[in-house]
Amino acid sequence: MERTKAWKTFPFAKLERSGMEAEEMVRPHTSYLKDVWRAFKRRKTALVSAVILLILVVLVLFGPMMNPYNYYSNDYTAINSPPTAQHWFGTDTLGRDLWTRVWVGGRVSLLIAILATLFPFLIGMVMGGISGYFGGKVDMIMMRCIDILMGIPAMIYNILLIVVLGSGNISTLIIAFTLTGWMGSARAARGMVLQIKAREFVMASKTLGASPARIIFRHLLPNTLGIMVVGVTLTIPMIIFAEAFLSFIGLGVAPPNPSWGQLISIAAEVFKSYPYQFIIPCAFVSLTMLCFNLLGDGLRDALDPKLRA
Amino acid sequence: MLRYALKRIGIALLTIFALTTITFFLLHLLPGDPFLNIKVPVAIQEKQMAYYGLDKPILQQYFIYLKNLLTGNLGTSLKYVGRNVTDIIADFFPVSAALGLIALFFAELIGMTFGILSAQFKNRWPDYLLMFFAILGIALPSMVIGPLIRYFFGVELRLLPVSGWGTPEQIIMPAFVLGLATVAANTRMMRACMLAVTTQDYIKTAQAKGLTPTQIVMRHELKNSLVPMLAGIGPAVASVMMGSFVVEKIFVIPGLGKHFVNAVTTLDYPLIMSLTIFYGTILVTMNLLVDLLYGVVDPRIRLD
Repeated sequence: MERTKAWKTFPFAKLERSGMEAEEMVRPHTSYLKDVWRAFKRRKTALVSAVILLILVVLVLFGPMMNPYNYYSNDYTAINSPPTAQHWFGTDTLGRDLWTRVWVGGRVSLLIAILATLFPFLIGMVMGGISGYFGGKVDMIMMRCIDILMGIPAMIYNILLIVVLGSGNISTLIIAFTLTGWMGSARAARGMVLQIKAREFVMASKTLGASPARIIFRHLLPNTLGIMVVGVTLTIPMIIFAEAFLSFIGLGVAPPNPSWGQLISIAAEVFKSYPYQFIIPCAFVSLTMLCFNLLGDGLRDALDPKLRA
Repeated sequence: MLRYALKRIGIALLTIFALTTITFFLLHLLPGDPFLNIKVPVAIQEKQMAYYGLDKPILQQYFIYLKNLLTGNLGTSLKYVGRNVTDIIADFFPVSAALGLIALFFAELIGMTFGILSAQFKNRWPDYLLMFFAILGIALPSMVIGPLIRYFFGVELRLLPVSGWGTPEQIIMPAFVLGLATVAANTRMMRACMLAVTTQDYIKTAQAKGLTPTQIVMRHELKNSLVPMLAGIGPAVASVMMGSFVVEKIFVIPGLGKHFVNAVTTLDYPLIMSLTIFYGTILVTMNLLVDLLYGVVDPRIRLD
C-alpha cells in the first residue's frame, strides 16, 4: 500500500513517444561486403588495377574476333611485318598475326593461371580445414607431410612432373601446378581454422548436432574466404610467371598454341631484329602481373580489418 | 635448442628422402626405356639395359640407387655417353654457384638498404620511388628484363659483354637479372619490418634516452628487423637457383642450370633425376641452416 502511494507521488512524467527516435538507426546497415568495398575504394592503385585487368580480360576474350586473322595461319606475304593497319601488332617470323596471337596466348596463360590457382586453393582449404578442425594426431601427421612436401622446391617438382606427364599440354601444366601448390594454402587455412573453431557459433552448431563436415564447410571455411581471396590474387601472377618460365626453358604449351610465355620465349631469339615481337607480349605479361599484385595488396588491406590503419 | 635442432634436421632428412623416392619412382614408372628410339639389334639393347642396370626389378634398382647416392655416385648421363653426373656437377656447378652467390649477396645488401631508406622516408618521394622500383622488380620477370638489358647495355651501348663467362664484366648483367626479384622482395619486406619495429616501446625508450635518430636506426631498428629478414633467405636461394635456368640460357653461361634445362629438353633421365635431387638437397640444406640460425638468433623460436 505504502509503496504504491510512493510510486504515484514520484515526480516522473510519461515520455512522448517521439523521444524513442534516439534509438533509431539513422544510417543504413553496413554489410561486410559493403564495408570491404568502402575500404577498397580508398586504394586508388588497386581500383585502377582492377579496371585494367577487366579491360585485359575483355580483350583476351574478344580481341581475336576483332580482326580476320587466326592464330595459326601463315601469311607469307607479310612475314615479320611491323605493326600496320592490317596487322595491329605486326606479324611473327612465320607470318602469323600477333594481335590475335597475343590475345589467344593471353587466354591460355590466364586460363592456366586461374585454374592452377583455384584448384590448389580449394584442395588446400579442404586439407587445412580438416587438419585444423580435428587437430591432434590427424593435424600432426598432415602438417608433417606438408612440411616435408614444402621442403621440396616447387619449380623443380613442377619440371619433374611435366617431364613425366608429357610436356606441351595445358592440362599437364595445371595438374603439375595443382600438385605442387596446395600446401601453402592448406597451412594458411589451418591457421585460420584454429583461430575460429573455438568461437561460440561453432560451439552452438556442434551443440545442435551438426556433423564435422557441415561445421568445416558451412562455418569454418567460409570464414577463411577473405584471406584466401587475397592469396588467390597474389598467386595468379606467380603462376603467370611460372608458365612463362617453363615456356622459356622449353616445357610450356606446345606450338602452334600460343601462350604469353611462349610468345616471349620465341621473340627473345629475334629481339635484335624485331623488338616489337618481344616487347608487346612482355608489356602485357608485366602489366598483368603488376595489376594482380597491386589488386592483391589492396584486397588484403580491405579484407583484413586488423591491417586497417 | 638441441631438441629444436634435432627436429629440424630430422625433417630435412625426411624431405631429402621423400624427394629422392618421389623422383626415382616418377621417372621409372614412365613407359618405355631410353633406348626405345635407337634402332639396334635386340642383343645390344639388352646389353645396354644391363649396363645401366635397367634390367633389374624396380625395387632392386631403387635400393641400388639409394646405396649409390649415399656413396656419392650419382649415375651416368645418357646423352653425354660415359660421363658421370658427379663429374658434370663438379665441372659446371661452381660457375652457377659463383654467379648465384654474387647475385644473392648484392641482392640482400641492396634490398635491405632500399628497405631501410624507404622506411625512413615513409610516404615521401624517396619511399614512393623505391616502392615503385620494388613493384617493377616483381612485375618484370627475368625472361623479360634479361633480353632487354642485354640488348641495351650489350648491343646498343656496348658497355658490357653480351654473353660468356670468366671476366668480372661478364658477371654484372646476369647477376643483376638474377638478383632483381630478390632485391624487390627484400625491399618490401625490410620496409615492412622496419615500420613494424618503429612503434615498439623500446624505440620510445631509446628516444627518451636521447639517442640520435641514426643511433636508433642502427642499434635498435636494424637489429630487430634482421630476425624476420632471415626467413627470406630460403625463398631467395630458391629464386636465384631457378632463375639460373633462365639467366644462364640468356647469357650463354656454362653453368649447371643450363645443363639441367638441356637434360630436361633432351629427356636425359638419369641426369634429370640426379640434378633434381642435387638441387633439392641444396635447397633443403639452405632452409635447414636458416632455420637453425633463426633458433640461435631468436630464443622465442626454440620454444615450440
